[in-house]
Amino acid sequence: MLELNNVCKTFNAGTINEKVALRGVNLKLEEGDFVTVIGGNGAGKSTMLNAIAGVWPVDDGSITIDGINVTGLPDFKRAKLIGRVFQDPMTGTAATMQIEENLALANRRGLRRGLKWGVTAKEREEFVERLKVLNLGLEDRLTAKVGLLSGGQRQALTLLMAALQKPKILLLDEHTAALDPKTAEKVLEATETIIASQHLTALMVTHNMKDAIIHGNRLIMMNEGHVVLDIKGEEKKHLTVEDLLHQFEKVSGQEFASDKALLS
Amino acid sequence: MAAYFSALSFAGLVSRLPACVAQGLIWGIMALGVYVTFRLLDIADLSVDGTFSTGGAVAVMLIVSGMNPWLAVLIATLCGLAVGCVTGLLHTKLGIPAILAGILSQYALYSINLAIMDFKANQAVSVDKYYLIMSSRHLTSAIITGLVFAIIVIAVMYWFFGTEMGSALRATGCNPTMSKAQGININAMKVLGLAISNGLVALAGALSAQYAGFADVNSGRGAIVIGLAAVIIGEVLGEAALGRKLNFAGRLTFVVIGGIIYYIIYTIVLWLKLDPNLMKMFTAIIVAIFLAVPYLKGQAKNSFMKAGKNSVAKEAK
Repeated sequence: MLELNNVCKTFNAGTINEKVALRGVNLKLEEGDFVTVIGGNGAGKSTMLNAIAGVWPVDDGSITIDGINVTGLPDFKRAKLIGRVFQDPMTGTAATMQIEENLALANRRGLRRGLKWGVTAKEREEFVERLKVLNLGLEDRLTAKVGLLSGGQRQALTLLMAALQKPKILLLDEHTAALDPKTAEKVLEATETIIASQHLTALMVTHNMKDAIIHGNRLIMMNEGHVVLDIKGEEKKHLTVEDLLHQFEKVSGQEFASDKALLS
Repeated sequence: MAAYFSALSFAGLVSRLPACVAQGLIWGIMALGVYVTFRLLDIADLSVDGTFSTGGAVAVMLIVSGMNPWLAVLIATLCGLAVGCVTGLLHTKLGIPAILAGILSQYALYSINLAIMDFKANQAVSVDKYYLIMSSRHLTSAIITGLVFAIIVIAVMYWFFGTEMGSALRATGCNPTMSKAQGININAMKVLGLAISNGLVALAGALSAQYAGFADVNSGRGAIVIGLAAVIIGEVLGEAALGRKLNFAGRLTFVVIGGIIYYIIYTIVLWLKLDPNLMKMFTAIIVAIFLAVPYLKGQAKNSFMKAGKNSVAKEAK
């Protein structure tokens, strides 16, 4: 479904701020894989997701989604294959537009946008059904401006939007990191439901090792721009946080330094 | 002083009101163009100062050469669209900041507008010699024509910005990152928005030149500021009158009303026998105040000065 082949990216090459972010990442996802991604700060987790999304061109290597080589396509042209949820709840939705308008924009991801009405009556009915699943009461507020919603509500809406047109791959970039623990849990629950019900292939970056272990069928760890650990199947089910910390120290030769990951 | 007041005739002011409405409607159409870039795309596009003159110059030269005025206005509008595309491409394809791209277009248009007008600063088009869409000599029909144009423009805008493409354009102005993630080509949307905006401004310029009976290379000077003034006055009035019930069509209507109010203020300044050359300064002050008020309101709630005072007051206790 998704294949990264020796993907490399260096930021600010040739300057004092040069940062090698991805040093030949290789990754292959099967259809229906739900992969959690962990790693220390600067390991390249978000960079990898941005490379897949096409935020900027990669320096080397290739990215293939569902058999299509997308390496040469800018983000908006890849969008029909990809659903994205960002860390900042403000990023995924248009604040000055209504809930139904946001959903309608997402419902046309990858399609030609012409001079037909932006939101149709049939869509409204569908949106109500979809919003009910979130259990946030948003189905009664279709015409409310998204800017009036809380961060958690916006993130749940973004999630729904990302999956509205079934994406070949769903990219979740620490999408619960900016939420309070209770809301984060709710959004994670919604994530689990949506991925399971639509059989989506997903990559979820998280700082929380426990979440990384609980969710998904596969876990990868990144360090200094490489995938250093890839655990799936039965092995993943028996994984503990201690195992992961131990593994991290072994592969990186240093202690896992993120307070966020240890405390949560 | 007494002589000054006795010279002011209220009847004189009232008699000028119809002309205010006619001219205000034209500026209102221009303000609708400014609204597209300033409010929907979140770009302050300065090319409109040049585009307004372009609209007038193209329409007048075509009418004088014998063309039907309706067709002339259509072509003038298309010229405005083209200007918007140029500004948009300077911005999106060549990476020039939007404000600077607008300034460059506007600067180049000064020469281009002169060239259109055979290198004369102005060109007359007499309503006695040519059939014109509107003229200050026939005020009632000018007001009706202006009103019809404004209503049509509002209706078309209301429709367009409700379509899939129009929604994509609004999303681009609101949240570019989200728009790209939803597969919207934001550069194309920016160019489209700038084209629509400048098309409307050129349309207003074409109407204005016929109304005045001449095209002038300087007629568009300050169009962006007057457009902003109309947008802001309209929004303040609209929100005061309708509050949260103010929908998109209402907003657009109030922008046109803002244009009319602006002209009434302008006329009052003239009526008070203030130097009309000071009007640009007054307009700038009005726009600066209205743009500053929302910011200052936010600051008042959330300022270091307040935090400092609070901390001192607590200590004193």
